Amino acid sequence: MSDIIGLVFIAVGLAFDFFGCLGLVRLPDVYNRLQAATKSVTLGTCSILFGTFLIVGANAAGLKSLLCIIFILLTSPVAAHAVARGAHRAGFKLWDKSVIDRYAEDKEGEI
Amino acid sequence: MKIIRWFLGAVVLIVIIAMVVVRPFPFLFYPDLPYIGVLGRAMYILVLACALCLYRVFMGPTGADRIVAIDIFGIMIIGFCAVLTISTGRSWYIDIGIAWALQSFIATLALSKYLEGKGFDE
Repeated sequence: MSDIIGLVFIAVGLAFDFFGCLGLVRLPDVYNRLQAATKSVTLGTCSILFGTFLIVGANAAGLKSLLCIIFILLTSPVAAHAVARGAHRAGFKLWDKSVIDRYAEDKEGEI
Repeated sequence: MKIIRWFLGAVVLIVIIAMVVVRPFPFLFYPDLPYIGVLGRAMYILVLACALCLYRVFMGPTGADRIVAIDIFGIMIIGFCAVLTISTGRSWYIDIGIAWALQSFIATLALSKYLEGKGFDE
């Protein structure tokens, strides 16, 4: 029974991964691509690893997959935030139809 | 030009759906292992998603696109290692996944500092 639940988790995670990469190809801007790809691929990979834990069981491989879930959930938002901040400070433009840019307003307020 | 792009997109989608449904090249996997019908299709979907990431790495207009695509590629390799752990039953594939996660995180931080234009010791 837990094998079937694990396979369902793996299928959901594969769908999240594939649509995240489709957004990485299709969207028009650096920041749009970042916010489409990072969140959905992180959740999809965590779902695949949790399905692995449910199928394999509580031995060495399963506990290492839980450790890997915790590590990904801690590090992936940090990396995405660092890339977005670096890209904005390096001067990459937003999309033409973007509505608002709060980070540029904050930087003007500082100076 | 737009018609050519629509045609290429339709060809790519038909190839993806056909490879998921038919599951060709059975000699690429271990044939007598549990859940090979589901996990073989899972490997195909992950490989095609990694191909989309590599398209963005090669064709990206700016440097930040390439850095984002390499980060996403590194996260999806971990999922591939987990699928290999189930289908082969060998537990050292997930060790490769943990090591790849560490390496990918540090590489992304260093590349973002390089993108910002400062030194590494700041």
